[in-house]
Amino acid sequence: MIGILTNHWSEFLSGFWNTILCSLIALFFSLILGVSFALLEVAPNKFGRAVAHVYIEIFRNIPLLVITMIFYLVVPQIWFKVSGFAAGTIGLTLYTSAFIAETVRAGINSVGDGQMEGARSNGMTYTQAMRYVILPQALKIVIPPLGNQFINLIKNSSVLAFVAGFDLMYQADVIAFSSFETINTYIVVGLFYLVLTLPLSYYMRHLEKKLA
Amino acid sequence: MENFIHAYSWINIRFLLQGLWVTIYVSLISIALSFILGLVFGFIRYVKIKYLSAIVGFVIDIIRNLPLLLIIFFTYFGLPELGIITNPTVASIIALVVFEGAMLAEIVRSGIAAVDPGQMEGARSNGMTYMQAMYHVIIPQALNKMIPSLLSQFVSLVKDTSLATIIVLPELLFHAQIIYSQNTTYLIPMYVIIAVMYFIVCFSLSMVAKHLQSKY
Amino acid sequence: MKKSTKIFILPLILVLLITLTGCAKKQKSSNVYDQVKESKTITWGVKADTRLFGLMSIKTGKIEGFEVDLAKALTKQMLGKDAKAEFVQTTPKTRIPLLKNGNIDAILATMTITPDRKKQVTFSEPYFTAGQSLLVKDDSTIKNIKDLNGKTALAVKGTTAVDNVKKFAPKAKVLEYDDYGQAFTALKASQGQAMTTDNGLLAGIASENKGYKLVGGTYTSEPYGIAVEKGQTDFVDHIDKALNELKKNGTYHRLLVKWFSGIPGFNIKEVENS
Repeated sequence: MIGILTNHWSEFLSGFWNTILCSLIALFFSLILGVSFALLEVAPNKFGRAVAHVYIEIFRNIPLLVITMIFYLVVPQIWFKVSGFAAGTIGLTLYTSAFIAETVRAGINSVGDGQMEGARSNGMTYTQAMRYVILPQALKIVIPPLGNQFINLIKNSSVLAFVAGFDLMYQADVIAFSSFETINTYIVVGLFYLVLTLPLSYYMRHLEKKLA
Repeated sequence: MENFIHAYSWINIRFLLQGLWVTIYVSLISIALSFILGLVFGFIRYVKIKYLSAIVGFVIDIIRNLPLLLIIFFTYFGLPELGIITNPTVASIIALVVFEGAMLAEIVRSGIAAVDPGQMEGARSNGMTYMQAMYHVIIPQALNKMIPSLLSQFVSLVKDTSLATIIVLPELLFHAQIIYSQNTTYLIPMYVIIAVMYFIVCFSLSMVAKHLQSKY
Repeated sequence: MKKSTKIFILPLILVLLITLTGCAKKQKSSNVYDQVKESKTITWGVKADTRLFGLMSIKTGKIEGFEVDLAKALTKQMLGKDAKAEFVQTTPKTRIPLLKNGNIDAILATMTITPDRKKQVTFSEPYFTAGQSLLVKDDSTIKNIKDLNGKTALAVKGTTAVDNVKKFAPKAKVLEYDDYGQAFTALKASQGQAMTTDNGLLAGIASENKGYKLVGGTYTSEPYGIAVEKGQTDFVDHIDKALNELKKNGTYHRLLVKWFSGIPGFNIKEVENS
């Protein structure tokens, strides 16, 4: 097992780096998209609510692998070329953003209407009340579930292996099936994933307890 | 447009439906088994039995924090090393049950933990034993609270079956890939129809779930 | 709700137990030949995404092709008329692990005999000779493997094509996929400029898809062998014997003609003589 690690150190490392990179990019954009659609979903505008609702339901109910494949194979046929890494990252972003939107919406709802009314009666506009009163509280509540979404995102980034995205799982495939050390390679890769996810997951549980 | 008409010939649709059926039955068996596993292990974790709970907790944390894809590989390529020969269907079910079971166990644990401790005290002071209080008072309430999380985990499970294409489980995505790799002009029609099929299955599952939730 | 959960739990535990015991039926045996002789069944790992060799029929859901027919003929030749050939679908990535862990008895899946693989498995005599070639879009400027330098080649994980591209066109980038269907779809989506693997596989794809052609002739020689678990010499000797008998009695030739006559780029005599 150590032999595999030392022989293929550079491949593992580049896979590890790509997994981190793609997770961070996807996290950033899915947060922006997720919060935007959450705001749209609670907004008084009926049309906006419908759009947000459709978006969330679509991306929550179609497998990530299918979304990624569509960007990798279908989009280039009708539009423009998308690399494996990009297709995977776009797929992850859209998929995760739907879950983040749901989480943030639940957070906003739990802050309660009273707060909104209070802020409005103090002369704030809807946007101001949302921006300065509701959203900061909501985001604080949803930090632990958002953390769990991030962990899911890191794990889900393994779909890049299907589209030659050079992530950890792709490198594992290449190493495993050229060295014929299948199980050992996957154990090593499992450890790499745990290095990323396990500390995060313990930290989130700690936060959850602290906030509760 | 012509592609779409040819792509949706009865032969192709029938082949896709066969795949959909595999997706559905693998999902249903896995949902049922992982739910039991999740309840049992979530409970063991919550009640803090000496050593046992700590070990169970550690194993659950490891499994929860690994990509499902990796667990699928382990069951298909690793289990036979222990003398257990599986086919893709059994390997997929085992992988899904183990992974989703661990995810559900965490939901169950935090669900029970979220029930007010006063409830337990109240039940005990009314003469119930610990297990009675658990079974009649705490767990029903906890289950009710965790229904939304449980359901979205079940929907995830259905979607996750698509990852088993990697070990050639003949499910929906895999059958679509077979069709379009034999005639690549069917690529777009195939992705359109399987996206719709997955959506219908997952969306109706969450609808049924919402209905059940309002009933109980 | 409580009552209904009770009703559900019992049968489910039963199902769990049955699945777990059901899948532990086969033990790794020291002699695979004795095992298949006794069960009168050989489980072959074959392709399901490769036209002419092993392709899943959308109509019947069964795998059809030269290698499937050859496997059936070999099984009957070795174990008698009432013997059964079972098929497990493999990809280049999964076939060796599946063989090593006992899911399949033998690999008959366009697998080239190479020194590296010989360290892992035991091969029969070659039953087919292919050569690596390139599949490109009709309007492509790529004429041979050297032109791939600086371009992107598409290959399948776990095949010899990956190493060969690195050898003949060191500056080419290689993207690897899980099976041939995925690699070809990626070519269609312009994820790379050429798909590379054995000519027989590419000819099968080109014959069904307009707008693609084979270029560069063959730049390697790829003798296909049947692979069994390392050291199963008894089994592989019987396979070789059966293969020779099939060649003598004309079955082998008949199968070649059935699948490859009239396919451009194929010379049945060349395949046979090797």
